[in-house]
Amino acid sequence: MEQNPGNAMPRQSAAPPRKTKFASFLSDCYKFRALLIMLLPGLTVFFLFHYLPMFGVTIAFKKINYQLGILKSPFVGLENFRFLFATTDAWRITRNTILYNLLFIIFDVFLAVGIAILMREIWQPRATKVYQTLIILPYFLSMVVVAYLVYGFLNPQYGFFNKALSSLGLPTVNWYYEAKYWPFILPITHWWKLLGYQSIVYLASIAGIDKELYEAAVIDGAGKWDQIWRITIPQLTPTMVIMFLLALGNIFRADFGLFYQVPMNSTMLYEVTDVIDTYVYRALVQLNNIGMSSAASVFQSFVGAATVILANFVVRKIDRSQALF
Amino acid sequence: MSTESAASASLRRVNTNRILNRVPWYVNAALHLVFAAFSLACLAPLLLLIMVSVTPEQTLIRDGYQFFPRELTFEAYRFLFQKPDVIVRAYSVTLFVVILGTVGNLLVTVLYAYPISRMDFPFRNFFSMLVVITMLFSGGLTSSYLINVSVLHLRDSIWSLIVPAFGSAFYIIIARTFFRLSVPPSLIESARIDGAGEYRILFRIVLPLSLPMLATIGLFALFGYWNDWFRALLYISDKNLYPLQFVMMRALLNLQEMQRNIAAGTMTSEEMMTMLAKMPSETLRMAMAVVAIGPVVLAYPFFQRYFISGLTVGAVKG
Repeated sequence: MEQNPGNAMPRQSAAPPRKTKFASFLSDCYKFRALLIMLLPGLTVFFLFHYLPMFGVTIAFKKINYQLGILKSPFVGLENFRFLFATTDAWRITRNTILYNLLFIIFDVFLAVGIAILMREIWQPRATKVYQTLIILPYFLSMVVVAYLVYGFLNPQYGFFNKALSSLGLPTVNWYYEAKYWPFILPITHWWKLLGYQSIVYLASIAGIDKELYEAAVIDGAGKWDQIWRITIPQLTPTMVIMFLLALGNIFRADFGLFYQVPMNSTMLYEVTDVIDTYVYRALVQLNNIGMSSAASVFQSFVGAATVILANFVVRKIDRSQALF
Repeated sequence: MSTESAASASLRRVNTNRILNRVPWYVNAALHLVFAAFSLACLAPLLLLIMVSVTPEQTLIRDGYQFFPRELTFEAYRFLFQKPDVIVRAYSVTLFVVILGTVGNLLVTVLYAYPISRMDFPFRNFFSMLVVITMLFSGGLTSSYLINVSVLHLRDSIWSLIVPAFGSAFYIIIARTFFRLSVPPSLIESARIDGAGEYRILFRIVLPLSLPMLATIGLFALFGYWNDWFRALLYISDKNLYPLQFVMMRALLNLQEMQRNIAAGTMTSEEMMTMLAKMPSETLRMAMAVVAIGPVVLAYPFFQRYFISGLTVGAVKG
């Protein structure tokens, strides 16, 4: 793109229809050089923080030796993966990641649309505004804050739940040691944080539905129920399907904050709270086991890429214009 | 007579509801009940946190966390601001990261999004593809971590909290779509005929027309940086560079460490011991959380509409 313009320009003007492909490429580069320079900061960031790590997946096939450095460490083929899948951890983290994500993906869409439809029917628009402002609040809090809030209820000594249980004469629960409660605590926390926001996004798209559809339906004698099932939901279906499929494409990526902060990284809970992302982090930073960490991480990236491509393929079949690529 | 008038009133109501196309009054009442409960559920945990922070330590040990404690005290806040070093330092790190990060991120985003929004730019598809690829595929955490630490030397650098978030694919696509839909190409063309260069066109014509989009992306970036603790968890071990969320996170996992940090710098070790002995623990931690959450809770009602418009714009793929 830094070709000498002096050569390209006159030739172009001398014989414009007979330009070679390469010459026209060069002249385009020159003509749009200001725009190309604008792209540079972004390209640098992409290269350093996205593309370089993509090539970095090769470390999963190496035995990292800090004396030799990453580049010179020897290749060991699939050994890291063999170690990973020989452990029971591999099954556990894959199962937890997929099951929680499936639960979230399915219920997120239906609950959010349901809430949005109900919210629309409230007579008083002012009250709706107040409700909106309050239910969107958790979305703006970080997972650290959410962990504090959950801890306020679950603190074994002073927590609201245990105090309530003991004042009712019931035995208290050591929440951060008992795994069986967490398959409920984590989804509730997830929905508490995100449902408000998601439903308001759907509320915004319901507001975008043509009003005349409803007016015509009323004239034809349709009740609320008919309007919801025959107008609102069919109008929202394309958005719902796309959101659903894109989320499905990310089924191998878990919400690290939810699974690490909210259970406060309690060892006793790993059976039901450990997901691929938390495992990768622990193996990397706490156990300093780069082999395991990179194998799990690359396993996630590869399978994740496959599901993304598959989801996109399905989206493309349904509605070409909505596909990502 | 009363039954008669009630019947006719309800008949009228049914008719008005039909005409106005709204649900019956009792459904409306039920909806209010449901949404009031939902709103309360969203608010209650925060209220509990605030109430715990103003409960005297002894009351708390006796009664546990209560929504309505028997006594109130600001003891925990007094301790927190008696030696405010920890809070002040964490706030300064966070503010530095938030301001530089938001401005830098916006700049990288618009500089990348503008060229690929231009329909006359022949390489727009190629460079758009480069963005979409980063959204779909990643090298994973281990790979990015090792590259950031051993190739880019970002460990214990404040830039590790700022720069890796630049150039988010999500922001770039929102910005590109907005430019395409809202800035007429004829405007750019006429500016060029008048002799304006590309940078002049972008900063003097395109961006002033794009303020709502800039506000949306800016706020997404701002809240993203404010709420980030993950990068600090990975890259920061120097106490002076801990951002607010990370200080909070460490306080939740390790109460004693926080108390020592607050008491640190006291003249003699004896004084430090007495201060530690008097210092509240549970309530102090919650007070710190309240101080850290405060600005977000006060600010978000004014910003929320930009977040909604952001997602609806982002959903439109150009």
